Amino acid sequence: MQRETWTNLAILLGLLIVPLWAWVTDEPFTITLATRAVILAIAGVGLNIALGLGGLVSLGHAAFFGIGGYAMGVLASHAQAYSPLLEWPILIEGTKSMPMIWLVAIIAGALLALAIGALSLRTTGAYFIMITLAFGQMLYFFMISWPAYGGEDGLSIYVRNGFPGLNTLDPIQFFAICFTLLVLVLWLFWQVNRSAFGLALGSARQNPDRLRAVGIHPDRTLLVAFTISGAVTGLAGALFADLNRFVSPTMFSWQTSGEIMVFVILGGVGRLMGPVFGAVLFVVLEHVLGGVSEFWHIYLGAILLGVVLFARGGLIGLIAGRAVAHG
Amino acid sequence: MSFVLLVEQILNGLQFGVMLFLMAAGLTLIFGVMGLINLAHGSLYMIGAFAAAATAAATGSFLLALAASLAAAAVVGVLVEMLVIRRLYDRDHLDQVLATFALILIFSEGTRWIFGSFPLFLEIPDYLSGPVSLPLGVQYPLYRLTIIAIGLVVAAGLFALIARTRIGIQIRAGEADREMIGALGVDISRLYTLVFALGAALAGFAGALIGAIQSVQVGMGEPVLILAFVVIVIGGIGSVPGALVGAILVGLTDTLGRFLLPIFFGTFMEPSAATSVGASLASMAIYVLMAAVLIIRPRGLFGAA
Amino acid sequence: MVEARSISPILSVRGLCKSFGAVTASRDVSLELAPGEIHALIGPNGAGKSTLIQQISGALTPDSGSVLLDGQDVTRLDVVQRARAGLARTFQISSLNMDDTVLQNVMLGALGRRGGRLPVFRPVMRDGALLAASAAALGEVGLTEVRAVRTAELSHGQRRQLEVAVALTLQPKVFLMDEPMAGLGVEGSQRLTGFLDGLRRRAPILLVEHDMDAVFALADRISVLVYGHIIATGTPDEIRNDPAVREAYLGEEMLP
Repeated sequence: MQRETWTNLAILLGLLIVPLWAWVTDEPFTITLATRAVILAIAGVGLNIALGLGGLVSLGHAAFFGIGGYAMGVLASHAQAYSPLLEWPILIEGTKSMPMIWLVAIIAGALLALAIGALSLRTTGAYFIMITLAFGQMLYFFMISWPAYGGEDGLSIYVRNGFPGLNTLDPIQFFAICFTLLVLVLWLFWQVNRSAFGLALGSARQNPDRLRAVGIHPDRTLLVAFTISGAVTGLAGALFADLNRFVSPTMFSWQTSGEIMVFVILGGVGRLMGPVFGAVLFVVLEHVLGGVSEFWHIYLGAILLGVVLFARGGLIGLIAGRAVAHG
Repeated sequence: MSFVLLVEQILNGLQFGVMLFLMAAGLTLIFGVMGLINLAHGSLYMIGAFAAAATAAATGSFLLALAASLAAAAVVGVLVEMLVIRRLYDRDHLDQVLATFALILIFSEGTRWIFGSFPLFLEIPDYLSGPVSLPLGVQYPLYRLTIIAIGLVVAAGLFALIARTRIGIQIRAGEADREMIGALGVDISRLYTLVFALGAALAGFAGALIGAIQSVQVGMGEPVLILAFVVIVIGGIGSVPGALVGAILVGLTDTLGRFLLPIFFGTFMEPSAATSVGASLASMAIYVLMAAVLIIRPRGLFGAA
Repeated sequence: MVEARSISPILSVRGLCKSFGAVTASRDVSLELAPGEIHALIGPNGAGKSTLIQQISGALTPDSGSVLLDGQDVTRLDVVQRARAGLARTFQISSLNMDDTVLQNVMLGALGRRGGRLPVFRPVMRDGALLAASAAALGEVGLTEVRAVRTAELSHGQRRQLEVAVALTLQPKVFLMDEPMAGLGVEGSQRLTGFLDGLRRRAPILLVEHDMDAVFALADRISVLVYGHIIATGTPDEIRNDPAVREAYLGEEMLP
């Protein structure tokens, strides 16, 4: 526990120091890489609420990542074209304001997760995995065949959205925004885990019959967790779209779902900083191995296979010991 | 909308359905007997298609290509089962998902490394190309008709295998009670390898058959894999009859949805809008079907209650 | 406790029937649990005790018949609703959250007892009321020392005690205990017997148990289930001398 706390602080500090150093030495690309890691980490923390705390093996989190991305894409594209999103029954304009976009992304992610969760939680185990995967794929195909917002080609946003008082086009300032949001999301995860709701959620994961016997519905508890999880992943999607100034149906693809899950597992499932460590590792591997070989996914696959077969508890588990911190 | 066109679409739906059955049957057997959720099943489909395309290019024989697809997928299936999959039977679904996701990464990039990123093409042989005339003035491609026939023959063979043979008895025993078959003196690890190889061969075979209609490329397996999951959810995990019914339902719903929905919207919308709205909704039709089954029968049409 | 029968029962099971295909698991089962009483349910293996417990706890819905808890018809309620209505069950095989600490397990019971919404932004381990209720329950079963231990590390006997402690935190109207003595040694059984003896004053206990020493020491009344049907209900003495019961148990277990 103590060792895990130090490991966690070291990871967070490292994630802060590297881009600051890059800022001092004027290497904007490194800052962008760090920002990418931070945003993917937020998506991972979102999944970790469902997967790590609730034990829900969702292979459809790309749906929430994607809808967050499109919340940004749709709002910003209307704003840059000066055309309203909706004129009747009420006038809704597009926006280039990050806080507004985040709010819409969070609400959209939560509502979508509520709908998908309500259906998927009628089942458990392997069914749940297949169904979440299928609903993710449904949205992917829908975005491809829906021509209004770019279809298969996606949407480009020419100028990054704004945040009051900051220049978001400056890489280090955008990084600071994302890093702050990551810290907030980690705080949320920590609060949920040690709350009464988290205690019930842990029981829904370990032993739903026990939870029922004390008079608490496991399904409702899990649905709330899944909804929170979708909201956080939706926020990450909006940030990711803003980082790239581009959204496309790829955000909805099953590979995206798989990769978000990989962050969580590489780092250590159910651990506070697991997804952060996993996302950093993923971005580093992508960058380093991607430089070595065009086929770096082979190495990623081999590493993942090794972690699953031989290092259960993830890499933080290897560093900080096996016991998972609960409460 | 003409009657002939509708019949053609129904046949297309059937052809799509039997192809999905070849994928779903293996997946559902592997889940039913070993309790394993295998994401890499789509890779075996892809391997079958590549093996067929490479063999056809080298020998010019379509039959040899089909044989190669079966052999390659089965051999890779056996190897993967012995090296990786067998360590996963006692693990939870999360570990199975991750390990088989890792296998997808390895197989997809490995295939790209060997064959490059450009799609390969598998030609339909002369004796199976061209249309045939069916009753009522329907013309339909012979090759697609052959796929339907092969699919139904394989389905019948699979039912016979499970119902009549010694292996089938062991498979059914394994689905009922995994501990029990050990007590019956069955070599479990051999049975598991056999079932996995059978599922792999069916997937590879499906890949080869479809490879002649579509292009053979990396990543071709996963969309089919996800559809096969939808099939299994609808049919009920572990049920081969459920896989057949689910596959035909999904095949028909998807094909007819794409055909009929734009026509339906065309009755009260502008043609271009009707096409786009119809196409968007059609892309979701099978998932709506899946959601409906989930609401009515959460364990699938043929699943145990 | 004979006079207790005239008082209206806390738990009343009336004419329960349940079949699975051709197999009849419960056939017209009726029994009552009066305030302050321990009513034991015994029967040979395969008599349908588990199926009956599941119908009483709400995990299975009977084909016909009804279950009344404190006068309220709960036949159509699920496990969660019956728990909220005041039914606390313990499981035959310890059903605990093994990754959690002992304290967290009883806290969950106290949380269920309190009901209402589950707060997301307040640390549960600093909730004074829940902690007090949990500490009391742990103290009663003698697990205070190990409250910070991970449940997976408890001995079998300690897990049985923890099962009971969680049920205590629910402050139920009825305890439904499914073989609480299972796997306990002689000493452990005797200690738990003493504990349950006092517990009946708080709420009546429907006790399903194989340990005949415990049953005959504790029970005010005993019902004997054979092939899904109750063949006799009576005081321990009546049951001991019932010819039908002796026949059903012939060669199974000795009645003390």
